Amino acid sequence: MDAMLHISTLHYLVLGAALFLLGVIGVLTRRNVVIVLMSIELILNAVNLNLVALSRYWQGMPARLGGGAQALHGQVFAIFVITDAAAEAAVGLGILIAFFRNKETVNVDEVNLLKW
Amino acid sequence: MLFLDHIYLIPLLPAFGAAMMFFFGRRVQKATVSAVCVGVVVLAFIMACGAVLQYTTWADANHHQPYQKILYTWLGTETGHFNFLTKDGSQAVFQADAGFLLDPLSSIWLLFVTGVGMLIHIYSIGYMGHEGGYYRFFGYLNLFMFAMLTLVLANNYVLMFVGWEGVGLCSYLLIGFYFHRKSASDAANKAFIVNRIGDAGFILGMFFIAWYFGSLRYTNVIAAARSGHFQIGDPIITAATLLLFVGACGKSAQLPLYVWLPDAMEGPTPVSALIHAATMVTAGVYMVARSNALFLLAPTSMKTVAIVGALTAIFAASIGLVQNDIKRVLAYSTVSQLGYMFLALGVGAFAAGVFHVFTHSFFKALLFLGAGAVIHSMSGEQDMRNMGDLAHRIPITYRTMLVATLAIAGIPPFAGFFSKDEILWQAWTREGTAYHILWFIGYATALMTAFYMFRLIYLTFFGKPRMSHEVEHHIHECPHSMAVPLLILAVCSLSAGWLSWPPSLGGSARFEKFLDPVFAPEAQVLQEEGKAAQLAAGEREAEHTSPSEYLLMFLSVAAAGVGWFMARRSYENADKGFTEPIQAISPPVYNTLLNKYYVDEAYDYAFTGRRKIGDVRLGVMGLGEASSWFDANVVDGAVNAAGWITRLTATISKWWDTWIIDGVGVNGPAILARMLSYPARLFEWGLVQWYALVMTAGLVGFVFYYVYH
Amino acid sequence: MQAHILSVILFTPLVGAILLLFVPKENKDAIRWIGNIFGLAGFLVSLPLVPAFWALVKSGDTTPFKFVEGTANNWIPSIGAGYVLGIDGISFLLVMLTTLLGWVSILSSWTAIENRVKEYYIWFLVLQTGMLGVFMALDFFLFFVFWEAMLVPMYLLIGIWGGPRKLYAAIKFFLYTLAGSVLMLLGILFLYFHHHGVTGVYTFSIPELYKTAPQIYSDYGPYAATLLFLSFFFAFAIKVPMFPFHTWLPDAHVEAPTAGSVILAGVLLKMGTYGFIRFSLPFFPDVLMHTRVRFWVMTLSVIAIIYGALVSLMQKDMKKLVAYSSVSHLGFCTLGIFALSPLGLGGSVLQQINHGISTGALFLIVGILYERRHTREIAEYGGISNVMPVYATITMIMFLSSMGLPLLNGFVGEFSILQGTFMEKEIAGHPGWFWAAWAVPGVVLAAAYLLWLYQRVFFGTVTNPKNEKLHDLTPREVATFVPLIIMAFWIGLYPKPFFQILEQPVNNLVATVHHETAKPDVTVNAAAQPAELVAPAAVVPIANSSMSAKSAPMLKKGNH
Repeated sequence: MDAMLHISTLHYLVLGAALFLLGVIGVLTRRNVVIVLMSIELILNAVNLNLVALSRYWQGMPARLGGGAQALHGQVFAIFVITDAAAEAAVGLGILIAFFRNKETVNVDEVNLLKW
Repeated sequence: MLFLDHIYLIPLLPAFGAAMMFFFGRRVQKATVSAVCVGVVVLAFIMACGAVLQYTTWADANHHQPYQKILYTWLGTETGHFNFLTKDGSQAVFQADAGFLLDPLSSIWLLFVTGVGMLIHIYSIGYMGHEGGYYRFFGYLNLFMFAMLTLVLANNYVLMFVGWEGVGLCSYLLIGFYFHRKSASDAANKAFIVNRIGDAGFILGMFFIAWYFGSLRYTNVIAAARSGHFQIGDPIITAATLLLFVGACGKSAQLPLYVWLPDAMEGPTPVSALIHAATMVTAGVYMVARSNALFLLAPTSMKTVAIVGALTAIFAASIGLVQNDIKRVLAYSTVSQLGYMFLALGVGAFAAGVFHVFTHSFFKALLFLGAGAVIHSMSGEQDMRNMGDLAHRIPITYRTMLVATLAIAGIPPFAGFFSKDEILWQAWTREGTAYHILWFIGYATALMTAFYMFRLIYLTFFGKPRMSHEVEHHIHECPHSMAVPLLILAVCSLSAGWLSWPPSLGGSARFEKFLDPVFAPEAQVLQEEGKAAQLAAGEREAEHTSPSEYLLMFLSVAAAGVGWFMARRSYENADKGFTEPIQAISPPVYNTLLNKYYVDEAYDYAFTGRRKIGDVRLGVMGLGEASSWFDANVVDGAVNAAGWITRLTATISKWWDTWIIDGVGVNGPAILARMLSYPARLFEWGLVQWYALVMTAGLVGFVFYYVYH
Repeated sequence: MQAHILSVILFTPLVGAILLLFVPKENKDAIRWIGNIFGLAGFLVSLPLVPAFWALVKSGDTTPFKFVEGTANNWIPSIGAGYVLGIDGISFLLVMLTTLLGWVSILSSWTAIENRVKEYYIWFLVLQTGMLGVFMALDFFLFFVFWEAMLVPMYLLIGIWGGPRKLYAAIKFFLYTLAGSVLMLLGILFLYFHHHGVTGVYTFSIPELYKTAPQIYSDYGPYAATLLFLSFFFAFAIKVPMFPFHTWLPDAHVEAPTAGSVILAGVLLKMGTYGFIRFSLPFFPDVLMHTRVRFWVMTLSVIAIIYGALVSLMQKDMKKLVAYSSVSHLGFCTLGIFALSPLGLGGSVLQQINHGISTGALFLIVGILYERRHTREIAEYGGISNVMPVYATITMIMFLSSMGLPLLNGFVGEFSILQGTFMEKEIAGHPGWFWAAWAVPGVVLAAAYLLWLYQRVFFGTVTNPKNEKLHDLTPREVATFVPLIIMAFWIGLYPKPFFQILEQPVNNLVATVHHETAKPDVTVNAAAQPAELVAPAAVVPIANSSMSAKSAPMLKKGNH
């Protein structure tokens, strides 16, 4: 029961890695920009997960190594990332709408102007 | 001293009349115009008489000084900080007053200008009654009276110059009164511009006076000139007086600037009478007489004045011998008589010259007004060849004109005899052969004068009628407003000379005595310095009883008689196609005279440039054309060339910039970089996800590298 | 009000321009009304200056500049630029001329301008501020700002509302004057750094520079000083314009709209002569007294007088004729300036005012015919007196004023200039009368070209059927002439106040140039000697003992 319930830092990291992979695959393979954006959100959330988990982990470390109850940097970073994600989503969707007005499409592979 | 204290009102009254015409003339009746404009001149005349009378009593109590009334400082400031250095290095103040001066000399001009002016104003009511622009005419006449009276009453040269230019302006406006006619506006321009040439001389002469004497006020200048500090023959004073005389030549129509006066007859006849015979053209005489103290210090100038005067007299008289236009004969006669006046001034007989101005103003005004009456009755005809036999049809005109002719011809006891005889006598009594030649020229002129004047009388009033029937039918005597001035002037032409009945004939020369305060002092100054040659005026008393005077007097009367006789013989029975005696003797001489010695043509070729010699234009217009060409091609050409060179440089710069700087220097490395970078660009095909994949792969590659290395 | 009166005068037109920005451009009548109201307001706010200035003149105030506003270096202290305004008698007259002509020319454009009305009035009002600033600035930086700023509106006025060759004329005007200004800028910077070298202070303040600039001659030698003089000379000579820098003027005048011509002739040209008086004279007295320099400036003036008149005589375009007559008249002005005598200088300033009045009126006169017939060819006209008598009368008066007929304004100026030149003992190796004698034919030629023009346009019968139906002046058009005619008669009949206003500044200037330290104090008893005008003697010899040893404050040479 205890063993079952004890969820270690490693679990979080594995979950984060899985989410991250899913996100990367989504970004690389999906054609719809909306889904690409959502995949980017997945990647960011994977990072958040890692940050929070490692922050928790650090709280358990001795103070002389920089740990202790005050070691909240990771959690603060996670807040920043969430904010950033929101901003990014807003800008990204804005670009997307502008783009849709011009091209009447949201598919990434039809956007290939950025080349020589 | 009511009149004397308000002497400034004499010029200002006509100015008021002119201003009224300017503002309201278009809207009022002719009767109102006449009432205002003639009224102010009559008032001015009354004031003038009053002022002169008061002056004579005032002068007796004040050592015969000139009376001055200064209204305000016109030019400069009375604090006197616009200073300049005179020639001797002392500080002088730049100042000109709006100030008026009355002395015997200006009194005479004041009286006859207002008197004759008044008569001519009255005459004009009848003469101009049927003309358009009635108010305009009277406005200009009033403006003229203002300017002329300012000229006469000014107490300094600058204010005199105001009147001087002012009368020139009015002359211009009135000559050009019939502005529809090109000939009239041409004549007006000619008058103004020729006068301006004289005025330029006047201005420079004024500056010389100011530079030398430190002031332009008559009293100062004359006092300085008489102070004895200056040498006789001083070059600056000679220059100043010669330049002043240039001004006089312009205004008083002397050689070589006389050309405008005959053309000025384009104006209405009262104008010719008032401005171009009686008053304005005598302004030059006035100015020289006013500056007598200066002229006496410059014998060269005096000689110049005398010679120019004599030459003008005979020159104009000879042209007058053959002219056919009645007004032109009178115009040349005026030029000739003005020459007489300058001859008198030039030989030092200032009083005689002024006296001739005085008498001349009456008989010449009368002649012009008479001519106007003739023209009026002849329905505008001016050519004497088309007249004849008018004596009994317009008797008043005939009789008055005859009086004037007798006066101008110098038949005693008419006015002209006294003044002309005095001038010739004064010329004769000067030492030196040159003066005898001048006398002879004057004498010959007297003969010619008698001839052309009686020619005018015989052609106009005697002989066969040569006019068309229609004109003949309309001949009528002039209305009363014209006849009355003629009669008054006739009385004056008869009697004006008696004012200066010569002592040799038992008179007392009152006129000259009256002028003594103006002219006599320098005779005294010169006498003290032993300059006998300048003493004509002073010697008068002593020599007037010599037998030669009676001889000369007889000779001049004889000349007048001979002229009369010759004219009578030639023209008494003139019919259509009559022969001119001079033409019969020598056609080339006749043609030269008829064409006025071709002076106008010569001036047009040489000075104005209105006529071209071949393709070449000389004179002012030639200079103007050359300057315009120079301006458009050389000066502006240089500017445009500067612009053009800038543009050429810019073009070259642009080429250099495009092909060398930009082409080789900037685009060259870029092209090189582009060529070198071509293989790298093949990676980029624009799909975002491809880039992300490569990035991920790279990332994974790095991770593997660091993990397993 | 009194303390800031110059600023108020200066910026009233600009306020109007800014206000006009907010009026819709379709509403042309409203724009015209606002433009005219501010044109008139610009004149009205300058009127209180007259009694105020007159009171100072009467009280014998000896400060060189009056109504001074602001202190040196208060605007951009780091480089020493200040917003300093102030006027003396010379600039006072020019300021009044500017406000008057500004009002008149704005009034004259009511019907003449039909397209882009809003921009027109805005630029015109901006131009007005620029010109006023030039005459008021007591700081070189500020002066240069206004000097250049006023080019732009004028350029646009010619270039947008001009005639057929407007672009050529506008660009020529702009580039020509700009070329001169650039040289002047270099000269200003030289003075600026020189001042720093002498005093250790960086400043553009003109009164400060007055103290140090004359030393350049001794510090750097005649050659450098002459070059520096020339850098200013070209800027001003182009503006005046002096021969041979005058060819932009006829083009600009012919192409400019009527009101532009009026301002161009009436005020803009005066900026050149003003520059000579305000800067060239006190900055470079030694250079000016140099025989060769003086000989050339005098010769160019005389050439301008005669040559301008001759070229004017042969013109076939009325406006060009008047433009060349300006060259001739401005020749008189520069002659008076470089004669360097109080009388010549005073006459020159007065003649500048006169020229503004009479030539301004002449351009209005040409504009009136142009508006009716759209041609300025003299040959197209003839007999106009018959159809437009009032117009013909006004024209005659202004022509007479322009040709210098006594009792009108032109005579007073020309006479003073000529006498001032004549009386100088020696100018560049020749006696003064030598120069005056050369200038006098200009007076004769002025009569010739103006009267000939009058004859061809007004006299005769109407031969061209297009001229038969011309209507005479409207009340508005008469109103534009009335102030000018009043001024012409005022200056002609009673110029004494003008002389009194000018006597202090011109005497000070001449004293500077001649390095005189002892000069009669020119203003002390202006009010105390009214009774002398009835004294019979006009010669009032001024004994040396009565001279005050006090020199005017602005004239003292700064010590090294």
